[in-house]
Amino acid sequence: MTLAIDCKEITKTYVTGEQEVQALRGIELEVDAGSLFMLVGPSGCGKTTLISVMAGILMQTSGSCQVYGQELAELNGGDLVSFRGKNIGFVFQQFNLLPSLTAAENVAVPLIIQGVKNKVAYDRAREVLDRVGLGDRWQSLPNQLSGGQQQRVAIARALVHEPRLIVCDEPTSALDHRTGQVVMDLMREVALADGRTLVIVTHDSRIFSYADRIAQMDDGQIIAIADDWQQLEGMHHHAA
Amino acid sequence: MNSIALKMLIGDTTKYVSLIIGITFAALIMTQQPSIFWGLMTRTYGFIDDIGYPDLWVVDPEARYIDDVKPMSDTMLQRVRSIEGVRWATPLFKGSTEVLLSDGSFENSTLVGIDSTTMIGAPPKLLSGQLTDLRMADAVIVNEEGAKERLARQMPDGNKIPLQVGDTLEINEKRAVVVGVAQTSRSFQSRPVLYTTYERAVNYVPQQRRLLTFVLAKVKDGENIDLVAKRISDQTGMKAVTSQQFKDMTFNHYMKRTGIPINFGVAVLLGFVIGAVVTGQTFYAFTHENLKQYAALKAMGARAGTLMRMIVLQAISVGVMGWCLGVGCAALFGYSMRKSILAFKMSPELFLFSGFVTLIIVSIAALISIVKVIRVEPALVFKG
Repeated sequence: MTLAIDCKEITKTYVTGEQEVQALRGIELEVDAGSLFMLVGPSGCGKTTLISVMAGILMQTSGSCQVYGQELAELNGGDLVSFRGKNIGFVFQQFNLLPSLTAAENVAVPLIIQGVKNKVAYDRAREVLDRVGLGDRWQSLPNQLSGGQQQRVAIARALVHEPRLIVCDEPTSALDHRTGQVVMDLMREVALADGRTLVIVTHDSRIFSYADRIAQMDDGQIIAIADDWQQLEGMHHHAA
Repeated sequence: MNSIALKMLIGDTTKYVSLIIGITFAALIMTQQPSIFWGLMTRTYGFIDDIGYPDLWVVDPEARYIDDVKPMSDTMLQRVRSIEGVRWATPLFKGSTEVLLSDGSFENSTLVGIDSTTMIGAPPKLLSGQLTDLRMADAVIVNEEGAKERLARQMPDGNKIPLQVGDTLEINEKRAVVVGVAQTSRSFQSRPVLYTTYERAVNYVPQQRRLLTFVLAKVKDGENIDLVAKRISDQTGMKAVTSQQFKDMTFNHYMKRTGIPINFGVAVLLGFVIGAVVTGQTFYAFTHENLKQYAALKAMGARAGTLMRMIVLQAISVGVMGWCLGVGCAALFGYSMRKSILAFKMSPELFLFSGFVTLIIVSIAALISIVKVIRVEPALVFKG
C-alpha cells in the first residue's frame, strides 16, 4: 500500500513571549493512500496543528513529514505553495467561501490560482458542482445557500483541481446531524472514489464511523490508533 | 485572479462605496481648490493677457507686479521710441478712480487709458459699440462684469439694469459716456474696468507730475527682443520686460508676498489627509475583514505576489473610479459657477496633480493592506 502521509518524530513548539508551548510531541503517523483517516481528540490537543503541518501550511519544529513521498521541509517557499496548490485540497469548518463569488466561481478558485483560464475553470467547476448535487445552484451566492449546501460547494472546491490529498477541519461541526451525514456520505462517495486520501480532523463523534483508520490525540501526542471507532473505544476500555 | 479581486471589492458594497466616497472627496478637494487658486492667480495677470500686441512693457524699475503702479514721466515715451530696434511705442495709463453711480454711491474702478491713434491696449473683444467711438467726446468703454454688476443701475425694486451704450457716468466730477461694452479677463479685485483714451484718462484722475504707467513697445522685425529690452533698460533706467516676464513677475509676487498659496495649500493638504485617512482606514478594514479569505487563498496555493496584485488592482480600481468622480464633480462645480464671480480654471496640469496625489493615497492604502496580507499565515484558516 502506498503511503499518502508519513510523519516521523514531528514536534511543533510555539513560542509566546518567554513561554514555550509544545503543540506536537514526537508524532509518528502513517496514512495509506486512498483511505479516510480521522484525527480525533479534545480541543487543544494538537489536531489542527498536525493537519496544518501535513497540509504544508505550517512548518514543524523538528521531524519529517512526507506527503506522497515529498519531504515538505525540503521545499522552498514557492515550491511548497505550488505543491500545495496542485496536490492538496481543503475543506474548512466555516466553509471559507468568498461571499461575493457565485458557487461556480468559488469552486473555480483553485484552478484560477493555478493559471487555468476562467472559462475552462468555470466549466470544470460546474461539472464538479453537478457531482456534489448542486448543478442547478452554480449561480447562487454563498448567502443564498444553506450550511450543508455551502459545505458541498467547499467540497467541490477541494476536489476541482483533483488533488491527491484532501484535509478537512471539522467539516460537520457547523452542520446539523442529518446534513453532517449527507456531507460525509458525499465525501466518501466523491472524494475517495477517485483514490484520493482524506484526512479529517473532528471531535464530532457522530461521524467517527466513516473512518477507515482513526487516531486519538491528546496533549500533542497520538495516544491510540485503530481501524475503526469501536476498536479505538475498546482500546480505551482495555487501558482503563 | 483579477476578476476575483474586483468581485471581492465590489461585493462588499458598504466598504466599496465608502472607499469611492473617500477618494472622490479627496480628488474633488484636490482639483477644485487648486482650480480656484489657479483661476485666481490667472486673474492677477489677466490684464497683461488682454493686451496682446506689444513685445515689451516698459515699467518703473521698482515695479513688482501689474497693479504696482509707479508712474513715469511722459517723456519716457519719446525716449523709448528713439531706441534702436523699437518699431513703435505707445503710452498706457492704468490707475484707480471713483465712479459716481446713479444712486449717489461711488464705485472704485480701474481706469485704463490707451493710445488714441493706434488703440493699442484696447480690450480684446467688444460686445457692443465700436472701438473707434472711443475717440468721441467723454467716451468710455466698460467691461462686461462692471456693466452688469457694480456699475449697473440699481432700481428701487432691487433689480439691476446693466450699463448700455449711451448711458452716462461721472468720474471725478467729469462726465463719461458709455460707447461700448467689452469682454475682458476678470481682474483679481473684480473691479469694473473703464477704457478710454490716454489723454482723457489722465484728465479724469487728479493731476500729478507723472502719469504714464506703462510704455508698450514693439520690436522691429528681426531684432532680438532681449537685446532691445536691455538697450531700453540701459538707456532709460527703466525696466523692459516681455509680456511673459511681466506675467511671471506678477504671479511670483502673489505667490511669495500674499497668503493665498498657503490658504489654498492648507485646503489641499486637508483634502489629502482626510482622503488618505478615510481611504487607508476603510481599505485596511476591508482587507482585515477578508484576512481569512486571503489566508484560504494562500492555503490553496495563491502566491504572495498574486495576492499583492489583487490588492493593487483593488486599490487602483477604487482610485481611478474615485478620481474620475472627484474630477467630474470639480468640473461640474466649475461649470455651474462659470457665470459667477468665482475664479475657476482647470488645466491638464491640475488633472495630473490630483491624479498623482490620488495615486499616493491609494498606494498608502494598498501598502498597509499588502503588509497585512503578506504576513498572514495560511494556517489561520484552521483557527475557528
